[in-house]
Amino acid sequence: MSSHEIPEADELPEKRESAEGAVQVSEDPFADPGMPPHEHRKQDIDERAAQRSERTVALLFTSSMVATIAFIAAYVAIPVDKYIYVFPIGHISALNFALGLTLGVALFGIGAGAVHWARTLMSDVEIADERHPIEASPEVKAKVMEDFRAGAAESGFGRRKLARNTLFGALALVPLSGLVLLRDLGPMPGTKLRHTKWAKGKLLMNQNTMQPLRPEDIIVGSLTPALPEGLEEDQHDFQTEIAKAALMLVRLQPENIKDKRELEWSHDGIVAFSKICTHVGCPINLYEQQTHHVLCPCHQSTFDLSDGGRVIFGPAGHALPQLRITVNDEGYLEAMGDFSEPVGPAFWERG
Amino acid sequence: MSTARDNDAQRRGKAPAGERVADWADSRLGIYSLAKANMRKIFPDHWSFMLGEVALYSFIIIILTGVYLTLFFHPSMSEVVYHGPYEPMQGVRMSEAFASTLDISFEVRGGLLIRQIHHWAALIFLAAMFVHMMRVFFTGAFRKPREINWLFGFLLFFLGMLTGFTGYSLPDDLLSGTGLRFIEGVFLSVPVIGTYITMFVYGGEFPGTDLIARLYPVHVLLLPGIMLGLLVAHLILVFYHKHTQYPGAGKTNKNVVGMPLLPVYMAKAGGFFFLVFAVIAVLSAIATINPIWTIGPYRPDQVSTGAQPDWYMGFAEGLVRVMPGWEINIWGHTLVLGVFIPIVLFPVVLLAMGVYPFIESWITGDKREHHILDRPRNAPTRTAFGVAWLTAYFVMLVGGGNDLWATHFHLSINSITWFVRIGFFLGPVLAFIATRRICLGLQRRDRDKVLHGRETGIIKRLPHGEFVEVHEPLSQEQLHTLTQHEQPKPYEVGPEVDENGVARKIKGSQKLRAKLSKSYYGEQAQIPKPTREEYQEITSGHGHH
Amino acid sequence: MKKLSARRRHPLAALVVLLFALAVTGGLYAAFSPSEAKADDSSAQSLAIEEGKKLYAVGCASCHGTGGQGSSDGPSLVGVGSAAVDFQVGTGRMPAQQPGAQMPKKKKVYTDAEIEQLSAYIASLGAGPSTPTKSQYDIEGADVAKGGELFRTNCAQCHNFAGKGGALTNGKYAPALDDVSPKHLYEAMQTGPQNMPSFPDTTLPEKNKQDIIAYLDTVNSDKSKTPGGLELGGLGPVSEGLFAWVFGMGALIVLTIWVAARTAKAKKS
Repeated sequence: MSSHEIPEADELPEKRESAEGAVQVSEDPFADPGMPPHEHRKQDIDERAAQRSERTVALLFTSSMVATIAFIAAYVAIPVDKYIYVFPIGHISALNFALGLTLGVALFGIGAGAVHWARTLMSDVEIADERHPIEASPEVKAKVMEDFRAGAAESGFGRRKLARNTLFGALALVPLSGLVLLRDLGPMPGTKLRHTKWAKGKLLMNQNTMQPLRPEDIIVGSLTPALPEGLEEDQHDFQTEIAKAALMLVRLQPENIKDKRELEWSHDGIVAFSKICTHVGCPINLYEQQTHHVLCPCHQSTFDLSDGGRVIFGPAGHALPQLRITVNDEGYLEAMGDFSEPVGPAFWERG
Repeated sequence: MSTARDNDAQRRGKAPAGERVADWADSRLGIYSLAKANMRKIFPDHWSFMLGEVALYSFIIIILTGVYLTLFFHPSMSEVVYHGPYEPMQGVRMSEAFASTLDISFEVRGGLLIRQIHHWAALIFLAAMFVHMMRVFFTGAFRKPREINWLFGFLLFFLGMLTGFTGYSLPDDLLSGTGLRFIEGVFLSVPVIGTYITMFVYGGEFPGTDLIARLYPVHVLLLPGIMLGLLVAHLILVFYHKHTQYPGAGKTNKNVVGMPLLPVYMAKAGGFFFLVFAVIAVLSAIATINPIWTIGPYRPDQVSTGAQPDWYMGFAEGLVRVMPGWEINIWGHTLVLGVFIPIVLFPVVLLAMGVYPFIESWITGDKREHHILDRPRNAPTRTAFGVAWLTAYFVMLVGGGNDLWATHFHLSINSITWFVRIGFFLGPVLAFIATRRICLGLQRRDRDKVLHGRETGIIKRLPHGEFVEVHEPLSQEQLHTLTQHEQPKPYEVGPEVDENGVARKIKGSQKLRAKLSKSYYGEQAQIPKPTREEYQEITSGHGHH
Repeated sequence: MKKLSARRRHPLAALVVLLFALAVTGGLYAAFSPSEAKADDSSAQSLAIEEGKKLYAVGCASCHGTGGQGSSDGPSLVGVGSAAVDFQVGTGRMPAQQPGAQMPKKKKVYTDAEIEQLSAYIASLGAGPSTPTKSQYDIEGADVAKGGELFRTNCAQCHNFAGKGGALTNGKYAPALDDVSPKHLYEAMQTGPQNMPSFPDTTLPEKNKQDIIAYLDTVNSDKSKTPGGLELGGLGPVSEGLFAWVFGMGALIVLTIWVAARTAKAKKS
């Protein structure tokens, strides 16, 4: 057999006889010697070994039965809130541990028993099965083509062009009904993404205490999460509103603020930035008080809060929006309006 | 037919019950013809052929446990205040979805186990599909006639990722909610229609109150339904094509050597299902997965560091993390390339694997059926491409976990990000070159082994004092295995002028094909395997070595 | 005895001897090392400041300046308060061993009494948060669930949902909170060590700090419950994925090899 020939042109595999194989060797050292003769396992020739295997299989199946009974017993006996200490694992639920292990053993017993049975007691004689090409024979193909032509001609699909083309038109249009039905999945975007709950005169509420914040509460180096006044946890749209309105307050030494507008929009070194990352919207308050950087834990965009929230690393495309704040007559911090640009991730209409 | 029916009627009285049931079924379903073709179907034995079974069985386990979980899970974003047994959550406001997941974990007996089995099985399912796909790739099992089945498998992998992601999102915990927020950013980044997609998917602004209820049927019905269909088709084709086999004595392209479905594979494959289930059950008994009770319910203003998706989305996560923040503003519109490019790149990189069989068959021009597997070294270019692809994939997995690499290896997150940015382009190239060289080296070793025999490690001293290592000649079986592969010639476009001396029109695609074909089969890409003549020349000399 | 002599030449014998020797040395050192000098309760504050000043001059002044005014190597300590000193020195972060992105936690160098003296000295340089008293960080009666919410709002972004720590920029990191004492947790929140922002009582009142400490005590201590089994570091999906690949796929591949392997043949002859 030359090396460039297709292996399909090979000789039959049934040459099991070693004598025949030997003849081959002298002709072609690389020829397929055919399947090696079957060798017996111990279990094939020694009935005692076979019986040992059977007992092992039976033992595995029995252990499965025992484990299933143990599973049920554990389910009934162990309270759901019982904890135990298991050395390397920790303080774990006794029920979860017991059920998992017994189920594991019950399943393993069946699986290992079946496999051991197959490996040691069922025949391990290898059999060669022939393959047949998948392609149809030319006769079959000719018959199919002929049938198809006949069918196509009888339908008049090629000749009745008007009927055919209107059918195509109808089929193309009908899915539109389905598409139209999707309209009420949600509202039109409108300007929703441009507005938040912040507005002129809204007090900055400390999210930890839900009390309005005074400038003297916030010291240099601290980080404070804040909400707009009037946004409460139990309101039905709380999640949607906090997703845009979340704010973080930090205080810098005014001389450390590099950006002119940031300084203007701050109050006495207190700056209020949106907590929503401009990349894809993760809350971003991994604030480093010495470098004034905030880092996003999702994709590591890094913003400089001393420089107008500018992006200094990572995949975010624009600076973190700042909220303009001041102090009202009673000495509380308040917003001077909504954010001047949309908070959170960029979108096509953002501009 | 009538006589057959008569015989049938005569026998009816005394045939055993099982046979009577089978007869009944056969006369309505034709099961005997089906069984004739399949009952003694031959399957070859090799551990790597069972990786697909791991995937199949974990899928079944996921469905079984998933059905159980639906009995207790409430796919609702209505807010409730928790008053259950888990103390650190008492009085905390959360969605019903999250609360019911806590109930499954702390109040339903065995609920936690089933939840953990479901999630561990999902991770194993994707991992097994991945490994299975790589086995098929590196052995060339995707070649004709199995290209369509490769596509089915690829689709299963892709849909498996989507199903996994939707399931990961359902408990509405802080980690998965952060993932859904990321998806919102992805939708928003789509040019022109991004905001509309977002509003329609979330039923308004993020997070809204509809999403979990919408994801639920997608996760439990739509995607698994499609996957089940694909899976059945995948298995039918495996039966129809008959399994591939590794080269060896008695194994040809026209046969399949192994053991019959009944009884050996019935027992082995059936038993293996229980083994896979057992491993996952034990895993779920000893290791926590997705402890939503410490992660906490989702709040758009809260986050935890180490915010990552499950491993199979790590590749996408990596792409998004290392992408530079490109954003273009023109004519009042914004192109959010920093998000959009990686999200497009993600399926494209995967698809490079998906369409590979068609590209290879176009390059090689090979239209024959292949049932004997390639040894990866004998297809150096394909193997090198596969390793290059894997390199890109794993570099991005590192990128997806850059924060954890940073803390656990005391590195800077910024350096890791830069390493990944460069490594994504450079790594695959280096891997390609190195792999191809290794493959050629292995081919040379095979050639030496065939011609000079196996190195035994026994040193012999010859009468004149020279030391030589004794080489043991290979058996004919081994000789056959090492030399049975083909070494095709590269495709050529043919002469540039036809017989009349007129310049032939050669299409650019043909030139490209010839070039690629040369890189597959050219002299630099394969070591000529030993010929019979070479072998006989050396062995007839004897005494040598 | 015979058994022992037989095992003397075991490959691991040297290791066992070495471990034993190390344990004995450590034990002896612990037994004989100078015990902590107990500060006299009645001693005057000024005496402590005086002692602290001496310690400062030897151990701290080279970086923080002779009067705590700071230098290019270390920040000013005027107004950081005694709580900051108690945290930095009490967790071994100070004195620093070598410059780096961040000073790691290590074994503390000074005794508790010395730390008190240092704190007193630094506190005398300018007003700042003072070392909390036991009642301030006592978690008796604290609201664990509220602590969890506060933790997720204020802390989890850097320290991870279970306080396992996380990465910051350029090699900095938020450390794991596994074995940090309640006092040090309190001090860290109050003073904001290194790059951590502070959470003063004006924005995060004492009660809230206690809630947070109580929450950490529930979910991140050696008596924390992990109902599902191994915590896998509490790091989320990355360690879970790694575990699924290594142990799940590992075990399954071993099983595939067993299922597909040929059964041993009977020996011929």
